[in-house]
Amino acid sequence: MDHPILDIRNLSKTYKAGTTALAGVDLQIRKGEIFALLGPNGAGKTTLIGAVCGLLRPTGGTIEAFGLDVARNWRQVRQRIGLVPQELSFDMFERVDHSVAYSRGMFGCPPNKDRIEQVLRSLSLWDKRTSKIRELSGGMKRRVMIAKALSHDPELLFLDEPTAGVDVELRRDMWRQIGALREAGTTIILTTHYIEEAQAMADRVGVINKGRLLLVDDKAAIMAKLGSTEARISLTQPLGEVPSVLESYQLALEDHGTTLVYRGGDGSGKGKREAAEVIKMLVEQGIGFDAIDTSESSLEDIFVDLVERGEVPA
Amino acid sequence: MNLRGAVAIFNHELVRFFRTAFGSILSPVLTTSLYFIVFGAAIGSRMQEIGGVPYGAFIVPGLLMLTLLSESTSNASFGIYMPRFTGAIYELLSAPVGVAETLIGFVGAAVMKSLIIAGIILVTATLFVDYSIAHPVLAVGYIVLIAAAFSLFGFILGVWADGFERLSIVPMLILTPLTFLGGTFYSIDMLAEPWRTVAQFNPVFYLVNGLRWTFTGNADVPIGVAFGMTLGFVLLCVVLIALIFRTGWRLRD
Repeated sequence: MDHPILDIRNLSKTYKAGTTALAGVDLQIRKGEIFALLGPNGAGKTTLIGAVCGLLRPTGGTIEAFGLDVARNWRQVRQRIGLVPQELSFDMFERVDHSVAYSRGMFGCPPNKDRIEQVLRSLSLWDKRTSKIRELSGGMKRRVMIAKALSHDPELLFLDEPTAGVDVELRRDMWRQIGALREAGTTIILTTHYIEEAQAMADRVGVINKGRLLLVDDKAAIMAKLGSTEARISLTQPLGEVPSVLESYQLALEDHGTTLVYRGGDGSGKGKREAAEVIKMLVEQGIGFDAIDTSESSLEDIFVDLVERGEVPA
Repeated sequence: MNLRGAVAIFNHELVRFFRTAFGSILSPVLTTSLYFIVFGAAIGSRMQEIGGVPYGAFIVPGLLMLTLLSESTSNASFGIYMPRFTGAIYELLSAPVGVAETLIGFVGAAVMKSLIIAGIILVTATLFVDYSIAHPVLAVGYIVLIAAAFSLFGFILGVWADGFERLSIVPMLILTPLTFLGGTFYSIDMLAEPWRTVAQFNPVFYLVNGLRWTFTGNADVPIGVAFGMTLGFVLLCVVLIALIFRTGWRLRD
């Protein structure tokens, strides 16, 4: 990858208690993309973000952001990075606008009421600007966290579980806002438990478990490589074996020969096409059936499969 | 250096201070005023002069020191402990903010808060006792130095503490007793041996006497020793804070 905005090499982190949270992670992030980092609890997602943002000290490896070594050029690098942590962490008795302005100042930016207003309006917080943060709902608090992270116009934004604990409507609203950020040129790295979130938003996806990156690829490529179609055809009469004319397809008989199951495809539509061909040939062969049930594997299926196997796919 | 960052932290801390003005200003002023009423106005009028200074005026520097030490320590320790407690420390750690900005922001604000309280106490004291300041410029300089020293100490305390109990233990169980036994209410000449010698091992004794010298022109110790010790304490705290940032102790895993 040419000139990644973030270049992580062989990053490792072992805590004093002996827990290895990151075990030699290599990751490159492209400028302007949304990268979703998926993984179960304790996989190392937050540790990875913490290492880049300066919240913890890596045990080994290097991190470069914007072509600069993060350890040596921490001031320049941090000024261009925004972080929305998983926990709602702020002075609850502070006013919304003061809190956002404080964040902007801490990152070395001059006071700019217009910019603060712009950020608050974009997150539907303008009407709440004089409210104390503790008076806001959970979703609003989450938006304040995002507003604080955006106040200094970061080029690289980390969102650690940005929609954890928020309702479906707000989650979709946040997806729209994150999409708008990408449109504005911000590179976004988000961690999430919600595969649906990664599927809806991400350009690329990484799967991490036990401190190891199991997979990093374009979302579409992952679906093509690991996605599949399943078609279950209920036959009117049981079959003893798969008809020879259908041998070229990935078929199996289940339920004592009463269900013909097709499993194949690559997430590109090939599976659906082949399933249709099988149906057509069944009709041509005079093999009766009374129900068809088809399903596509989701990113979630792929994620669960990868994490359970713990293997890096070829 | 990220001066805007330092100013942002400084202002943020001061806003927090004024937001809780009732507890942060009224409480120490009221407590110290009670000392002035009881020991200065009521009992002080029946006490002999000490070193040619009326008793009421004699205790002003000591009581001011008592407030300075406790307020500087607690203001700075709460300033850094609260974001650690709430988790908001992530912002400080991920921002382009280093030792210098942190010291200007957190410690500078704690010093400012202490100076505001000290000013109010000195004005309030005039209501109860007659006193004058022999070396006003040095007095102001020394008060600023003391506030800085114990704000730095408070910052370290706030980083070290892993609960609210620890935050209050040091001011209550160490600083207050040392200040009381450091000559706030008496001169070392009034003590019999071995307590006179023992008192000289109390570092706060030198601070109280340093401040008393700027007020009355008299003290139990040479003023150079008091200034030197305070400066040394400031330097020690700065070195410790630099080490904290370098190692990430209690801040970064």
